[in-house]
Amino acid sequence: MRGETSITGSGIRDRADLLARFMIAPAVLYITAMIGFPFIFAILYSLSDATTGDPSLHLIGFGNFRAVLADPVFRISLKNTFIFAFVSQTLVILLSRILATALMAEFRGKWIIRFLVMLPWTAPISLGTIGWLWMFDSIFSPIDWIFRYTGLLGTPGALLGPMQNLYWLGEPALAMISVITVHIWRLLPLATVIQLAGLSSIPRDLLEAAEVDGARAWRRTLEITIPLTLPIISIAFLFGLVFTFTDMTVVYVLTRGGPIHMTQVLSTWTFFKGIEGGDLAQGAAVSLFMFPVLAGIAALVLRLARRSEVV
Amino acid sequence: MANLEIQHLSKLFGEVKAVDDVNILTTEGEFLVLLGPSGCGKTTLLRMIAGIEAPTSGDIIINGQAVTHLPPRVRNIAMVFQSYALYPHMTVFKNIAFPLRTRGVDRAKIRQKVEWASGMFGIGHLLDRKPRELSGGERQRVALARAIVREPSVFLLDEPLSNLDAILRASAREELRQFQKRLGVTTVYVTHDQVEAMGLGDRIVVMSQGKVRQAGTPSEIYQWPADTFVATFVGSPPMNLIEQGDVLLGFRPETFLPAGFIRDSPEVVTYPFQVTWIEYLGAERLVYGDIGEKCCARHVVSRLPGNISLTIEAGQTYPFTVLKQDIRYFDRSSGLLTDKGRI
Repeated sequence: MRGETSITGSGIRDRADLLARFMIAPAVLYITAMIGFPFIFAILYSLSDATTGDPSLHLIGFGNFRAVLADPVFRISLKNTFIFAFVSQTLVILLSRILATALMAEFRGKWIIRFLVMLPWTAPISLGTIGWLWMFDSIFSPIDWIFRYTGLLGTPGALLGPMQNLYWLGEPALAMISVITVHIWRLLPLATVIQLAGLSSIPRDLLEAAEVDGARAWRRTLEITIPLTLPIISIAFLFGLVFTFTDMTVVYVLTRGGPIHMTQVLSTWTFFKGIEGGDLAQGAAVSLFMFPVLAGIAALVLRLARRSEVV
Repeated sequence: MANLEIQHLSKLFGEVKAVDDVNILTTEGEFLVLLGPSGCGKTTLLRMIAGIEAPTSGDIIINGQAVTHLPPRVRNIAMVFQSYALYPHMTVFKNIAFPLRTRGVDRAKIRQKVEWASGMFGIGHLLDRKPRELSGGERQRVALARAIVREPSVFLLDEPLSNLDAILRASAREELRQFQKRLGVTTVYVTHDQVEAMGLGDRIVVMSQGKVRQAGTPSEIYQWPADTFVATFVGSPPMNLIEQGDVLLGFRPETFLPAGFIRDSPEVVTYPFQVTWIEYLGAERLVYGDIGEKCCARHVVSRLPGNISLTIEAGQTYPFTVLKQDIRYFDRSSGLLTDKGRI
């Protein structure tokens, strides 16, 4: 049958344009259904007087936003959201940098270190946080135990005080440190992997050329490695910000926003106000305050991602 | 005085001897080419001279001082990488200035030096550009300018022309040679391209499997190859080698010509040449075929210049001759050049 060509090649499988629409359709549907609709509903609810008892929509204007802004708990939540996100992610970037640099080197048992570094990322956040609940326990905290054992705590004149426990989740400052610690623990693996990718994308030639050009280790780091990995470091930082900004599990499991709202964040306050408190409308209004920040971060990520492609 | 001296230098990667007991002595201002196939150890040798690879044993001496275990920055060497390794986030000016800044040279002096180096390579108008905005040839010039700006005592080049297209490569070769002569800096140049090696080198060091096979001027390497490896690696097409007892006879394709085209003298050996294939290359013809009896026919090549218009056809046998003085003899077991077995 030589020379015969098939003339049935006009189905969807041969039409690149139709095929592309067909394959991208699930993603469009998913985004519309799971992100688009809830977002529109959040806006509508925030302008209504809906409660969990009566979720029907009666639009009442911007009263919810005024009420939310006047609420001191909201202001604490807003401040805490920024503090937790920026402090934890700044430390995450520094620590992941050190880890990534160490993991670039060849050494025995590297795989087990890599495995251990990745472990927090594989655990569900809630389970991991429950583990930390024990670490910060008011009586059985292993951290306190170590301090007592090393004489830093529990004896008269000890550096951290004469009491037997620090009450991590009971003292406002310690509770904030606890929340930040768990956020760092949780996002360090992701940031390390991102930084590792950044470091290994620098051609070895460049660092060798800098060495031949007379640059010592510190100059190679400051003038070659860091500038070249800056876009990817920023992406790791911004991703981390988004994750900590939107996370409610850590605060919810660890402190429930306490003591007396001192660790409350926007996401938990949305939940307590809107779901547990039943005021859907004000809950929606609180949650919408995160939107401009997150949209700005997303725009930055996209810009940086495009810029890092050029280099 | 020797700028660069390499004594019994070896480098082991596990069990593999990448560089095996290499000895090299350069003279002031010399252009030395390390030539060899990929994997012969030439780049490893260059990296050890630069100080970015630590030798297993042996010594490297620059300007009379042993630098074997010293970091690159105190060696005062410059290196141009195959990829050029320009810093992508810095402008051309900053790229060229980098080796000066690491030495703590003051700003005014840096500006003056960068202008001198960039002027030398005709890239003065590109100083504000980033490397990604430059063509291949411009990048190569920036890499060269960055190398010379520090006035190094030794200049190392790792296949710097291999990323250029063929036309640019020929002109870059010529320029490179002129700059090197003008600056008078001892240069070690790594390449696998024998045309580059022959055209650029004052001396060529031919390497294979980590060892130096021969060191000599381009004409020594070409006329008197030290062994069969050098004989067949240098020259295109390679030297013809034919077995004769316990020796191998070698002669270059261009010395193997139809009878009558070499002046008639008793100093000539004639072979019946059964032609199997002819390649017409414009300026010359390459004639492939076999010589010798049926028992031990050997495949050889003749390179006929364009001015020999004699008709030659595949399938025919012609008398071809070679001058005795053009024949080299190699020991069959060791492959080394020998005087024995002359006919």
